[in-house]
Amino acid sequence: MNESSALRKYILWFAYEHLDFRFQEIESIASLLNVDLTWIHKSAENPFWLVEVRSEEDVVKLTSRSVTLRYAIELWSSSSQREDFHDQLKSLPTAFTAPYFDENVSYKVKVEVFGSSQTQAEKVQRIESFSYLPLKGPVKLNNPDVSFQYIEYYGHDTVNIPCEPHHFYFGRIVSEGQRDLIKKLSLKSRKFIGNTSMDPQLSLIMANQALVKNGSLVYDPFVGSGSLLIGAAQFGGLVMGADLDYLMVHGMSRPTRKQARHKPRHEENILANMKQYGFAHRYVDVVVADFALPLWHDSFKLDAIITDPPYGVREAVERLGTAKEDKNISDRHLPTHIPCKIHYSMAQLLHDLLSFAAKHLRMGARLVTWIPVIRLEYDESQLPRHDCLRLIANSEQILSTNGSRRLLTYGKIGEPKEETRTIVEEEETYRQKYSRYIEENRKHKMEDDHKGKKFKNSTE
Amino acid sequence: MLTSKCMKGVTQGYPLGIQAREVKVTESEFNIDFVSRVIPKLDYDTLWTAADGLGYSTDLPKTLVENYESNEDFLKKIHHVLLEIEVLEGDLICPETGRKFPITSGIPNMLLNEDEVKY
Repeated sequence: MNESSALRKYILWFAYEHLDFRFQEIESIASLLNVDLTWIHKSAENPFWLVEVRSEEDVVKLTSRSVTLRYAIELWSSSSQREDFHDQLKSLPTAFTAPYFDENVSYKVKVEVFGSSQTQAEKVQRIESFSYLPLKGPVKLNNPDVSFQYIEYYGHDTVNIPCEPHHFYFGRIVSEGQRDLIKKLSLKSRKFIGNTSMDPQLSLIMANQALVKNGSLVYDPFVGSGSLLIGAAQFGGLVMGADLDYLMVHGMSRPTRKQARHKPRHEENILANMKQYGFAHRYVDVVVADFALPLWHDSFKLDAIITDPPYGVREAVERLGTAKEDKNISDRHLPTHIPCKIHYSMAQLLHDLLSFAAKHLRMGARLVTWIPVIRLEYDESQLPRHDCLRLIANSEQILSTNGSRRLLTYGKIGEPKEETRTIVEEEETYRQKYSRYIEENRKHKMEDDHKGKKFKNSTE
Repeated sequence: MLTSKCMKGVTQGYPLGIQAREVKVTESEFNIDFVSRVIPKLDYDTLWTAADGLGYSTDLPKTLVENYESNEDFLKKIHHVLLEIEVLEGDLICPETGRKFPITSGIPNMLLNEDEVKY
């Protein structure tokens, strides 16, 4: 690698978590904040990606929003050979390094050994291998003026750790990602959570996918406990939601926390969460309503729709309606009548969701939603499609051996017309699919148990 | 922006009337960008009628002022009626059928009974 080009390159150090979401998140942030970036190296496994941008300001922009990024590091040297790696460092132009080697600049060197481990002594040894760098400033471990990062990457085989690392990196830490937000918004300390509240990291990723920025109007039609609204509000979105479940929205459902099961929820609701994080001024409203029915005026336009619709596994997929022939309710029952609910098919729900997004998003705005898939049967061409929406991103979160869910990001590219098509190719609902899987597994298990019992009986 | 057009026999269902039993006024951060961006998305007459129904229309001009983007005073008033006034208890009323949708703890309940659904 020649030196002059090395100077505009940066290492993006990702957390080793939600791997399939990293690329899409960075791409979304880049498009939101107008960052021009060129990928030099990215791989499915290695958490250290190399990127070229126009200025340092641009990488700072990326870390200002990303929750999958740990650090952005200015690349000083990168090689798979130890000698070559040190040679690159030694031959850096003085004009480039001088500001950081000045006697008035305090510094520290951090060491990361990815895929192996190190003792304190080995760490010191590693730091000392850079003794040829003319660092004149004082060492300062807390808040130094400049932090250098040395990385040895040993790969992922934790059983057969190679003697020599696959790759060496050295650079200057420029900025830190927003990983702290994951802790700040942790479900453990959140006032109001439900059984299917979204992990804060994923809700922040969704807000990034949806290009939420200060003042964006964000809507979740299946709001539940409002966990997606928290992620959106964190990035300045003005949030609103709707849900069919009256008890959930009013925080009157059965407590989710095991230790609190014996007492009813008290003052738990979406607004209380918003207040807890200081987002009360970004809360617009929540409505109890059925998504299957039209609710909003035609002129109602949104900047983003983020949602996690019920799949019918942990939460029922329901809409208003009755299977009864006679729908009339007698006057005697009317004052206390609770509307009946019937099953709402996943295919119909997705169809409605895409049509809703095409109608109510402003041009260019995004719909970010999850769909459940059976991993072996997944086929990208089977994903729901709409003439006015373009699929921008598709990332997988693996949940079990058979099942996973995919985060789909659609962008609005046209206004719906009469003949607009929505295609949801789902003959069998996810619930049916999933239960078929469960049923098959259960049968196998029962057969096995049965054999086991027979065996036991015969031995007795 | 809510409508009642999901009801049988209702064609427009807009604008919904509003009746309040308990109103809370909270202060919230003024976001000038948001307010000026949201105004073109609103039906100003409806907003005025809603504010009037709650008794907060005295400061508010009856028609949308020109060049409102640069009129900070006006934007602040819109911000106030739009984001700071919250109906805790009350009803939203369908303009065609008079069906009431109750608001409890600030959350409107738009659920219909089976026999009222259009579809």
